[in-house]
This record gives sequence, structure tokens and C-alpha cells, in this order.
Amino acid sequence: MRLIIVAGPPSVGKTSVIVRTAAVLGQGGPRVGVLKFDALATDDDTVYRAAGLPVVAGLSGSLCPDHFFVSNIDDGLAWGKGQGFDFLIAESAGLCNRCSPHLHGVLGVCVVDALSGVHTPRKIGPMLRLADVVVITKGDIVSQAEREVFAYNVRLANPRAAVLFFNGITGQGAGDLAFHARLAQPQDSLEGRRLRFSMPSAVCPYCVGETTVGREHQRGAVRKMSFETPAGESA
Amino acid sequence: MIDRVLDLGVAEIAGRHPSLAGFLAGLGAWDDDPEQPFAGWLAAVEDARLFDMGMERAQVTAHVGALLRQVTQWQNAPAPVIHALCVRGGRDKAGRPETLDLILRPGDVVCLVGPTGAGKSRLLADIECLAQGDTPSGRHVLVNGAPPDPALRFASPRTLIAQVSQTMSFVVDLGVGAFITMHAECRMVPDVEARVREVIACANALAGEPFTPETALTQLSGGQSRALMIADTALLSASPVVLIDEIENAGIDRQKALDLLVARDKIVLISTHDPLLALLGGRRLVIQQGAVAAVIETSERERTCLAALAQVDQGLMGLRERLRHGGRIEALPAWPAPP
Ligand SMILES: Nc1nc2c(ncn2[C@@H]2O[C@H](COP(=O)(O)OP(=O)(O)OP(=O)(O)O)[C@@H](O)[C@H]2O)c(=O)[nH]1
Ligand SMILES: [Mg+2]
Repeated sequence: MRLIIVAGPPSVGKTSVIVRTAAVLGQGGPRVGVLKFDALATDDDTVYRAAGLPVVAGLSGSLCPDHFFVSNIDDGLAWGKGQGFDFLIAESAGLCNRCSPHLHGVLGVCVVDALSGVHTPRKIGPMLRLADVVVITKGDIVSQAEREVFAYNVRLANPRAAVLFFNGITGQGAGDLAFHARLAQPQDSLEGRRLRFSMPSAVCPYCVGETTVGREHQRGAVRKMSFETPAGESA
Repeated sequence: MIDRVLDLGVAEIAGRHPSLAGFLAGLGAWDDDPEQPFAGWLAAVEDARLFDMGMERAQVTAHVGALLRQVTQWQNAPAPVIHALCVRGGRDKAGRPETLDLILRPGDVVCLVGPTGAGKSRLLADIECLAQGDTPSGRHVLVNGAPPDPALRFASPRTLIAQVSQTMSFVVDLGVGAFITMHAECRMVPDVEARVREVIACANALAGEPFTPETALTQLSGGQSRALMIADTALLSASPVVLIDEIENAGIDRQKALDLLVARDKIVLISTHDPLLALLGGRRLVIQQGAVAAVIETSERERTCLAALAQVDQGLMGLRERLRHGGRIEALPAWPAPP
């Protein structure tokens, strides 16, 4: 079974991309299943079921969604194998731009949306920079020039990745992504696999339930900003 | 090559390789000391700062190396030269064979006609992905007479077709001049400033109401945006094929727009039901049931009609101008007699 990890900021079109690509991958018999990871709530599982794709959805609730992803992806893989899938596609929440669910040896796809502005590719971090394939959606509503500048900035942020345009509504581009998905390595188990980029190790007081604002409540790993008086103004 | 580059000072690297400048500035290496060799900076910087950039030390070196390779490749790779795109028929929605052997050459203007859902998008998608019998239509697209080199087919991102359509708009929050400069820079053209001036001048020639380089993109009118999109696509886009979708109501000079694209040796596909635009093309593809049902060459008689239609169009434009200036329409221009 081949595993594909799809990450990207909220509402960029991950589910649309996956549904369209799964339709191409499934042509002529291969079975495709989906794992959906999200933070608080998701309707994506209904969308996948409506498209005829078997799905399991998991909500991280009070945990960091990316940490939740790493803690569950291996069990998800075992589920997919048990179901006899040929392809398992994992959709991850990608909420804070700081973390990245990409694993060494597993095809990592990052979905970004051309509407989000030409500078966005620089700001997304390891989720985009360490992906194998970057999928650009919503090109149908921005100008050709912005599409080209956006793609250029994606390639500066990640010179190694394959970059492709995808229309999540018509499915144009699904053939290309399916091409990459078919080249993904078959996975037996993820035991011992490494993340491409480590997640923050610090646990701050607010991670463990502190709710009060103020210096005396901030014990443990706390980072303080420095606030300087702007030049030319007196304090 | 990478080792030599890493030993240079930060400012010097940025000067020699402008595409790396943004990355180096983002790392903070520039602010620390522009004269320091980058390798020295990287060895000394604290882990935490790299972490904030979302990178580990080895990944920074690998990233700079990959960027340099990428940029060198962009600069040296010639744009694909297409003398002929050939579309071989596949099958229609009912699975019946499609008889089609269409050859498109630079400077051709071809219109696509047919009801919504007939398969216009499918045909364009087949051309865009250089289909090899592996799309729902089963069509094959040959480049210069042969199946495309996989390097072209899976080029990343593949940019065979540039698109201008009524549904597209500029969303970036920049002035016209600043943004077109950005586009010209990423296309790595030699004289950026001159090219930007040319794009804006061309766009102003297509749209009625002029705008300046300082005008915000998001404040352009529909006609101005479409005019800028067409001028930019003609003069700055690398794509050999341009698709124009429903621009009949955009308020731009359609003949001039086509002339501009044709002069740049683009293959122009227009999806339209506007008689004036349709007759401006050399051929029309009639699309039905997911297949090209007929290829109509624009006839001599049609060209005569086109001349009359252009006159009608001019007449209507004059009436619009009259309304715009608060006039009345109590007399009509002389309409041409049917040829
Ligand atoms: N115009 C346009 N809309 C798109 C495109 N791709 C997706 N959309 C729309 O964008 C919205 C969000 O798409 P989803 O596929 O649900 O996005 P997502 O990334 O899975 O969202 P979350 O899982 O909630 O983070 C939907 O309304 C889609 O129809 C595209 O290429 N063009
Ligand atoms: Mg989704």
C-alpha cells in the first residue's frame, strides 16, 4: 500500500484535491482510502464518504494537531492495510505553519492556494519547504501573472519539489498528482520513521492548563518578546 | 559550486544571486553582518534561531545548493519552442471515435464553440497536460510531430497554456508597476524597467480608460484588468498557448488584443459565442458531446460579414460613448448593408 501525506493551511482545497485525485487513482480497480486529521471539527469525512471513499477521521481536541498526527499515523497505516487499500491518503490539518507532518520516505504533498497572496509561499515553513510535491489550487480565480509569480515563489521556497497547478472544482491537474502518487513508496510500517523536521520540544505553562495572564504564572519554557521604544519617539 | 558560494560574504551572495537575497534576509544573516562569509555565519548562529526559520543547519546548506541549481537551470534552459501542436481524436462521451487531426501553429487563432458542458474544458485540459491517451477523452497531443518528451510533459510547473478569463481578477495588494516588475523579475527578462513600461503602454492601448503604474491592481476596472492581463500574457508569459475565455463584454479592443498575441507567435484559443471574435479566428472547432464534431474554416463570405459586423460594433460603441457623455440617441449611425 502506498501512503501519501497531504498537508496545507485551512480551506486551501485539500479535500477537493484528494477526492479528484482518488477518482483518477481508483480507475480500473485500485482501492483508495482516506485518513482525516483535524483539530476541533470536520465535515470532510462526509465529503469523502459521498465520493465513495472509505474514511476514518480523528480530532486532536486538546492536543496539538501535528503531534496528534504523528502519534496516530502508524495505526492509520495498519488500518489501511487491513482494509486492503492500494493507496492511503492522509489529510492533515496544518494549522500553525510551524510544524510539518512530512516523514522521510513517505510522499509529502503540500497544498497552497493562489488566492492567499504572492508572498505566502515564503511564510509557510517546513510544511511547504520539505514537501515532495506542492499543489497550487484556485488558479482559476487569479490572473495568469499572479499564478506565475506564485509558482516562482513556491519554487524559491522549495527548489526540490514538483510544483503543479490544480483546479479543485474541475479536477484539472488530478492526472499529474496521480502520477506522483503512483511513484510513492509502498509502506509496510512506519515504525522508526523520522519526521523531516522536528516539532517544538518546549511545553509552556499554557500547554498544560494554565489560563491566567501574568508573569508569576509563567513557569517553565517561556519566551518573552522585547518591546523597544520606536526610534525618534520619547518614552 | 555550492562551497565556493557559501564562503562568500552574505551581501556578495545576494548581489550575485538575487533569487537568494530574500532567503538570506529571511534568515537574518544579512542584518547580523552583510560582510561576513555565509558559511561562518551559519556555523556560529544559535540553533534556536534556525529553528524559528523552520530549518536545521544541514537543511540550510542543502536549500542554498538546491536554489542555486534551480536558478542556474532556469537561466540556461531554453523556453520550449513549439512549431506545431497536433491533437489526435479520442472518443466522445458515448465512447464513439472522434475524427480529429488538428494542427495548431504559432500565430493561429482558433475559436471553440459549443454549449456549456459540451467538452471545451476537456479539450483545453488535454492540451494543457499533453494527453497521451490517458485522459477520459483518450486524445493524443503531439509536440512538433512527436509524443512530448517526459521532461516537457512533467515539467514543474508545466505552463503550456496561459489563461485569461472573465472570472479571473488581480488579488494582490500592489500597484500595477510594482507587480508587473515582480513578474518581469521572476521571468528573468533582461531589461525589466523597459518591459514593464511596454506592458503598461500596451494595456492602455487596449483599454479605453488609461491607468498609471501607480494605480492599485485591485482598483482597475474590468476592462482595464482584462487589458493588463492580455498585455502581460503577450509580453511576459512563457506559455506558447493562450486561452481566452469569454472576454466579449470586457470593454477592450478585441482586434488589437488578438493582433498583440499573434505578433508574439502565440497559439490563441478563444472560447466564445461573440460573432465578431469568432470570425476573427481562422478556424472554429464545434464541440458536441465531448468531441470535436466539426472544424469550420472561416470563409471569404464570412470575412466580408466580419467587415460589416466590425462597422456595427463601431456604431454601437459610438452610441455607448454618446450615453456616457450625457447625450441622446435620436439618430443612428449608418449601418452597413448586408453583404
Ligand atoms: N475556485 C476554486 N475553488 C476551490 C478550488 N479548490 C477548492 N476550492 C473550494 O475551496 C473550498 C475549500 O475546499 P476544501 O477542499 O474543503 O479545503 P480543505 O483544505 O480540505 O479545507 P479544511 O479541510 O477544512 O482545512 C471549497 O468551497 C472548494 O470548493 C479551486 O481550485 N478553485
Ligand atoms: Mg479538508
